Amino acid sequence: MKWIVLAATLLAVSAHAEGPRVTIGSKAFPESWILGEAAATLARRNGCVVEHRRNLGGTEIVYDALRSGSIDAYPEYTGTIAEVIVHASGHPPLPELRRQLAQQGIGVSEPLGFNDSYGIAVAPAVAQRLGLRKISDLAKHPDLRLGLTHEFLGRADGWPGLAHAYGIPAGHPLGIQHELAFQAIQAGKIDAMDVYTTDSWIERLGLVVLEDDRAFFPRYDAVLLYRADLARRAPQALVAIRRLEGKIDEARMIRANARVVLEKEDVAIAADSLLIDALGAEPQANTRSSRSIDLLRYLGQHLRLVAISLLAAILLGVPIGIVSARSPGLARILLAISGIVQTIPSLALLAFLIPLLGIGAGPALVALFLYSLLPIVRNTYTGLTTIPPALLESAEVLGLTPAARLRRIELPMASPAILAGIQTSAVINVGTATLAALIGAGGLGEPILSGIQLRDTAMILEGAIPAALLALAVQGAFDLLERAVVPRGLRLRSE
Amino acid sequence: MAEGIALALRDLTKSYDGHAAITAVTLDVPPRATLALVGPSGSGKSTVLRIVAGLIAPDRGDVLMGDTLMNGATKRALRLRMGYVIQEGGLFPHLTAFENVALMGRELGWKEERVRGRVAELTGLVGLSPEMLARYPAQLSGGQRQRVGIMRALLLDPEVLLLDEPLGALDPLIRARLQEDLRDIVRRLQKTALLVTHDMAEAAYLGDEIAVLRDGRVVQRGTARDLLERPADPFVTEFIRAQRVLEAPR
Repeated sequence: MKWIVLAATLLAVSAHAEGPRVTIGSKAFPESWILGEAAATLARRNGCVVEHRRNLGGTEIVYDALRSGSIDAYPEYTGTIAEVIVHASGHPPLPELRRQLAQQGIGVSEPLGFNDSYGIAVAPAVAQRLGLRKISDLAKHPDLRLGLTHEFLGRADGWPGLAHAYGIPAGHPLGIQHELAFQAIQAGKIDAMDVYTTDSWIERLGLVVLEDDRAFFPRYDAVLLYRADLARRAPQALVAIRRLEGKIDEARMIRANARVVLEKEDVAIAADSLLIDALGAEPQANTRSSRSIDLLRYLGQHLRLVAISLLAAILLGVPIGIVSARSPGLARILLAISGIVQTIPSLALLAFLIPLLGIGAGPALVALFLYSLLPIVRNTYTGLTTIPPALLESAEVLGLTPAARLRRIELPMASPAILAGIQTSAVINVGTATLAALIGAGGLGEPILSGIQLRDTAMILEGAIPAALLALAVQGAFDLLERAVVPRGLRLRSE
Repeated sequence: MAEGIALALRDLTKSYDGHAAITAVTLDVPPRATLALVGPSGSGKSTVLRIVAGLIAPDRGDVLMGDTLMNGATKRALRLRMGYVIQEGGLFPHLTAFENVALMGRELGWKEERVRGRVAELTGLVGLSPEMLARYPAQLSGGQRQRVGIMRALLLDPEVLLLDEPLGALDPLIRARLQEDLRDIVRRLQKTALLVTHDMAEAAYLGDEIAVLRDGRVVQRGTARDLLERPADPFVTEFIRAQRVLEAPR
């Protein structure tokens, strides 16, 4: 209870504001965070109340967030716009992309100044042994072990198109998370991987980036995408963030990436350095919160997500369970529906919800609520339908009305099962809520996600350990609650 | 409705999936009398009792309590005028013995004082030690559970008791004690009772009259002596003999 109050307080404190509100988004990798943070800083210095939502997972999610108005601007790449957003064939020039996005109410800035294209990087020892220099060399070595990101595997301008263009046997590349791929290639578990050409790890690990000798990869010039209505709502913010145009070259971006990824510098500080580097902007003493305050905030967000979604699932799930127990036909339908919801992968469910609900806590709460529903519905149903029929008949013949039977007999007798269902939901919910960070809902997933991006185990544990402890605490709290709620007579064994 | 009939069953017929469970059962029970329904398993005696309790609706026929015809509108009111006792007492495991007995009183909004007074009265009547009232069903013996079940059925001082194999699960000595106590209680309180049992001796001991059922029909109705001395057909003789009760109390 204390935690809920704390969470609510933290929320209330962050809510009051003056000046136009601007929300900047960024994707779930350091370069995007840095650019997003730089843009946010510029807008903030021009009198806007700015929120930066990091770690929005994937192009579809962050672009949907922009279109639905959950965010006002975010950094993107021209190649990605062409392929993922407008589904263009070939490599349309920037004015053509700008024309197409304008129809959706989205503006495109001038290029920021660097090209972060895809590339294929090979472990140095392997490159040397096989004499690999160009991507076309890969065709001669179909047995190489490739570790590729899921997005690269899925995009037409990724692996499928590349393999086709170079006549490389498609084979079975391993799908792997980007930062983990660097660990894998360092450990010799894979031979080659896809990289972004501004990845700071390339230099650190001495990876050989193969020459794109057939010019397959389009340009991935960094730009800012923004909502067209930003020019009306917060013109000063739009002017401020567009100062980045043409100011960030490859060397500056690689340096900023290295500060965050290799030197573990705070993103806000790295963004500040980038601004000084690129704009000669006045350095800003950044009032960054300490890590322990961050942790409290994440914990507060996490508890809020879990508490609200679980409460809603109880308020709806128990009645659905009761209705199901009354009607076997309806029970089949309702249990089937909630069972199907349970089988939708959490990321897919979050992605479905974004066009409807935007990003942030809203869709996360809905997703967590849907996942929490089934155990509660099923256990309520089971608890009620396994009461011995003779006892239900006794209650009826005594003259208890249906409502009184439910309140005095059925629900108390089913309470152990119902409580166990709620407990299951709560524990699953605490775990699943870590994914909410992917759609900007915060919570303990935030440090986990950032930690994975930065290969920072301490940061991962900063989110993972409280999440695990929280799950245990929830489990323990329900064991105590069971003593208080479940009638003593049901815990006794017959002599 | 004729004077002198507390409970009337008229032409009750019920079938499941085309198989007749009971056919044209007509029986009446005079006030303060106990009618025992006996018969082998599947003879339909429990179906009759469950129709009277309103748990299943007959395909045809009526149940009347006093002047009141049982239907959807009168069922609940009639149930407050009956007490229902089943095997093991049918106690709710999450309530103490006291709470089980007091349940309907509280539901009907009785003052706590009245509830306590009535429970104390019934505790003396059925011969239960008062300290058992605080226990949960799982902490009581079979005989104690049954006594609590009888108390619960009697709480509202009903006109009619419906007893469905009430002593079925008890061992013989306890069963004999409870049979005596149950007969005393029913006689002392002058209750009308409908008893279902498969035990001919129990029927003879507790029932003023006995109705023998076979394949869903009433074969014979009369006192135990009638059944012994003037059996309506060979089935009655055989049923009584099979139960080794030729020396039943007269």
